[in-house]
Amino acid sequence: MSDQKLTISTSPFLKDAATTPGIMWKVVFSLLPVVIASSYYFGVGALVTTAVAIISCVLTEWFFSPRSAYSISDGSGVITGILLAMTLPPGFPLWMTFIGGIVAIGMGKTIWGGLGQNIFNPALLGRAFLQAAFPTAITTWNLPDGAFLDVQASQLAMPFMQSQADVVSSATPLAVMKFDKVETNTWDLLTGNIGGSLGETCGILLILAMVYLISVKIIKWQIPVSILLTVGILSLVFYLLDANNYPSPQFMILSGGLLIGAVYMATDLVTSPITPSGLWIYGIGIGILVVLIRLWGGLPEGVMYAILLMNAATPLINRYTAVRTYGYKK
Amino acid sequence: MSAAANTISPQLTFQHGIHPEEFKELSNLKPIERMAFVPEYRLPLSQHIGAPSLPVVKVGENVKRGQKIADPGGYVSVALHSPVDGTIKDIGIYTHPNGRELPAIIITTDAYSSQEFVGMESVDPYSLSKSEFIQKIQDSGLVGLGGAAFPAHVKFNIQEDKKCKYLMINGCECEPFLTADDRLMIEFGEELIEGIKILNHFIGAEKVYIAVEVNKPKAIMNLRNLASDNIEVVCLKVKYPQGAEKMMTSAILGKEIPAGGLPLDLGVLVSNVGTLVALAQYFRNGIPLIERVVTVTGTTMNRPSNVMVPVGTPMESLVKWCGGFTSDTTRILLGGPMMGMVQKRLDVPVVKGTSGILALSSEQVKELNEYSCIRCGRCLDACPIYLNPSHLGLLAKKGLWEEMEENHVMDCFECGSCSFVCPSAIPLVQSFRVAKGFIKQAKKRDV
Repeated sequence: MSDQKLTISTSPFLKDAATTPGIMWKVVFSLLPVVIASSYYFGVGALVTTAVAIISCVLTEWFFSPRSAYSISDGSGVITGILLAMTLPPGFPLWMTFIGGIVAIGMGKTIWGGLGQNIFNPALLGRAFLQAAFPTAITTWNLPDGAFLDVQASQLAMPFMQSQADVVSSATPLAVMKFDKVETNTWDLLTGNIGGSLGETCGILLILAMVYLISVKIIKWQIPVSILLTVGILSLVFYLLDANNYPSPQFMILSGGLLIGAVYMATDLVTSPITPSGLWIYGIGIGILVVLIRLWGGLPEGVMYAILLMNAATPLINRYTAVRTYGYKK
Repeated sequence: MSAAANTISPQLTFQHGIHPEEFKELSNLKPIERMAFVPEYRLPLSQHIGAPSLPVVKVGENVKRGQKIADPGGYVSVALHSPVDGTIKDIGIYTHPNGRELPAIIITTDAYSSQEFVGMESVDPYSLSKSEFIQKIQDSGLVGLGGAAFPAHVKFNIQEDKKCKYLMINGCECEPFLTADDRLMIEFGEELIEGIKILNHFIGAEKVYIAVEVNKPKAIMNLRNLASDNIEVVCLKVKYPQGAEKMMTSAILGKEIPAGGLPLDLGVLVSNVGTLVALAQYFRNGIPLIERVVTVTGTTMNRPSNVMVPVGTPMESLVKWCGGFTSDTTRILLGGPMMGMVQKRLDVPVVKGTSGILALSSEQVKELNEYSCIRCGRCLDACPIYLNPSHLGLLAKKGLWEEMEENHVMDCFECGSCSFVCPSAIPLVQSFRVAKGFIKQAKKRDV
């Protein structure tokens, strides 16, 4: 008994079961239905894009990380890959997707010091780069040509070559709204039977994913709720003022990347505030920026920039919303 | 018993906190047993916070069970008594359970003695003046038995300018595994109530709360039957660290103890149930503090038990009494698993502050990879005093002690909730302990 090997360490000796890789892989799990839905609507090409994005992200992470780090297995690179793919239009050239992954992880994450150190959401940073570098390709919404197994020709474009768009192009509901003032009906928005980026079209799945992630306490409910409430209330005000020129609140909430942004991008633990009141300030800020950009900006969609801007404000929000310590007066 | 007394609600609590697995079922149904006497006892002169006791016996001298063997070494110090009839074998330097080499008295047990108490007389506490009462408590060697072992008479000696309005008896026992207080409240309820009445005779609190977490329904029922007058048994939610003074005060009074202050600033005095049972036994039978209840448990302990152990008993003997532990044991702890201390060797004695001995395997105490902080905020939701452990942890990594002090790290009472919840397994509270040490040292240098 007394010659047993006992270990010395300090308390506490008990540990909650949740681990960081566990949290990350649960997020990946919650994204699977979204990925499957994207391939249902846009064909197998969606899966190919997702695979390329994941490979690009994980390879970049592996290349830049010190070999002793376990950052490959923690699942965070896989999340970035899936999320990046889900924000890309169908038919987006794969070589561009690959570059997007390199930028997302390289400039969005490892350059800051890896997991937990970055200021901006890596997937959105990668997409912002793609939007700046390939503005035409990222706003070309190719419709699938019907057969599930057909990969769109534009996806297979050679690197640095113009994609030969030989398929029917369509407009997203937001673009139709912005330029033609025609609103897509709510049912189509919910079921995803619309044009748009791979993962953003099926509203029902994203709402279910949100409920799941909130119930397992991975994302904080305050963020999606404050974003959606802000967008809903603000757009309701303008809709009531002038229904001919402004979209309805349900259209604003269900169209474009708002849901995927509110559920997956804005809730990124690393780049969102940590204080209770900070969560609301952050969410409301995103909501206001989305409405401003969509209604009066030059772009049809503003979720990406809204979240990136509020990411930048997060350290400041954390500092100014610090919680009062027990026993102190504020 | 009225219908209201039967319910264990409303359940009061504080904000934040955690819910670790309880593991109380290992030992909470085991009645307190007495351990057989062992051949030798080792009594460190520092079993309390404050100055070490001063020996009043010589090597070779015969002592009786309960006889004083050391005087208080100052005001913040208590007397020490022999746990057995025996002979003083040595007064020298021995290993203390805290790992340091400190003076101790070694007593060889008289093998032919009946170990009956001889010449112990009960004292009528109500005939004493307050200063006599305080003196008696110091002579009885009583310390807080919750774990800190702060001399009881110092705590009970409330200054004239302060008023104690609420006496709170801590029966929360929020640490997982520990069941000693639970068993005391079930088996020594009368003594507990008597102890409360004696203490309150001198303190004069308007209201006495006995705070018990609702996972001890038997204790609650028993004390509700016994409590009278201004004594109320309050049910607290099962949540860690419910038994911390700050958390208990928040739960019961809804008020916060000011930073850097004492519960007494709100008119609150907190004492542990074990302390009051010992106090009652002293006045009733004249028995000083020579034994205490220790929960010997853990997932790899062969026979988890609650044992009344003479102070000074070698831990090895106590563990053997409880069947020893299995070979996959990797940690032996003193106290609970959240705030207790790891023990490397068992040839050290049970002291007045030993509340539990736990044997755990690698199944409970996992070796985990540390990841970067992902700012999930779980530690903020866990911290009972609303610190930002995530931020403090980053500061600690950089050694920014001053910034940590500005962020109130000195208010941290090291409950360990932040480390418990951290999914990245960052040693948060562990680094705060280090920081607090550095800050205290820097303060000493500046003075």
